[in-house]
Amino acid sequence: MTLAELVARLDLTVFAGENGLQRAVKSGYAGDLLSDVMARGGENVLWITIQIHPNIVAVAVLKDLAGVVISGGRTPEPETVQRAEKEGLPLLGSALGAFELAGRLHGLGLRGA
Amino acid sequence: MALRRYRADLHIHSCLSPCGEVEMSPRRIVDEARKAGLDIIALCDHNTAANTAAAVRAAAESGLRVFPGIEITSSEEVHILGLFESLEDIRPVETAVASNLPMPDSRKTFVRDQIIADEFDGVSGFHPAFLMGATALSAGEVVDLIHAHNGLAVASHFDRSAFGIIAQLGFIPPDLRLDALESASPDKAGEFDEASGLPVIQSSDAHQPDEIGRRSTLFLLAEPSIREIRQALAGLEGRGVLRT
Repeated sequence: MTLAELVARLDLTVFAGENGLQRAVKSGYAGDLLSDVMARGGENVLWITIQIHPNIVAVAVLKDLAGVVISGGRTPEPETVQRAEKEGLPLLGSALGAFELAGRLHGLGLRGA
Repeated sequence: MALRRYRADLHIHSCLSPCGEVEMSPRRIVDEARKAGLDIIALCDHNTAANTAAAVRAAAESGLRVFPGIEITSSEEVHILGLFESLEDIRPVETAVASNLPMPDSRKTFVRDQIIADEFDGVSGFHPAFLMGATALSAGEVVDLIHAHNGLAVASHFDRSAFGIIAQLGFIPPDLRLDALESASPDKAGEFDEASGLPVIQSSDAHQPDEIGRRSTLFLLAEPSIREIRQALAGLEGRGVLRT
């Protein structure tokens, strides 16, 4: 499944990284402790978080994640958006909370990383 | 000016912190700090400085220097200490933090009473805000707020899993203008953290009387002031952080 399909099916906001939306998503992970995501995230994983700090971009790039979805309707810091754009990282958003969003992704066939 | 050694414990909680023991009155803290052989302490309650004036007054003519401090919870749930020279400096910081804190519907949510005390062990009130909560201020905004009022910004227990900056943010953001890192492990004071290049100090993070001074930092200073500690952290003019 590509990010573009997920954006369309779950009505996700695209904050940055529009050009990377053709990337295929392998699995998902949810977490707000960035140290935990650094330990548990991996290539082509879609990460759900409520963190909006610019460090989320660095963690996603470091772990070669497919993209980041900020849940709960939160808005990323402007610098987070700038860095994601610069890195070509898809930075998405959803009004749904993490639990509901993960459930919808699971329903679409995505499994945990 | 002649330099001498000052032993400092720059992170102590009073009975005002929801996790602080009721015995931690400003006067008791000053007494215990003197017994522990400390020269300098900072009172840093969670998201409030309402007991700092009492602590400063309780230490008057005791020979102990008390810095007004505050441990601010950023929106990312990173704990950052602000250490200040004077009550005048910390007051606007406290006001800004207060306006960015959640107010609870009911006091039932508290773990303990958040006691505002005077310098004679009297209770002068209870703090109404949810002090354990996170402020709406980002880590960068917290550091800027502290610096705008001449304070030092120190990442609390930076290497601890709960509320430490590395656990919360994965690594120390390179553009975050911290002055120092406070380590939770006892052997790192006086070193520089390799990844960030920041100086490392240690403090007790005391919540009960017998914890005061259990960890501390030895500074070489001309006098016990924030300005001198800033120089010591930067290793300027012969000032420094000694290996303890």
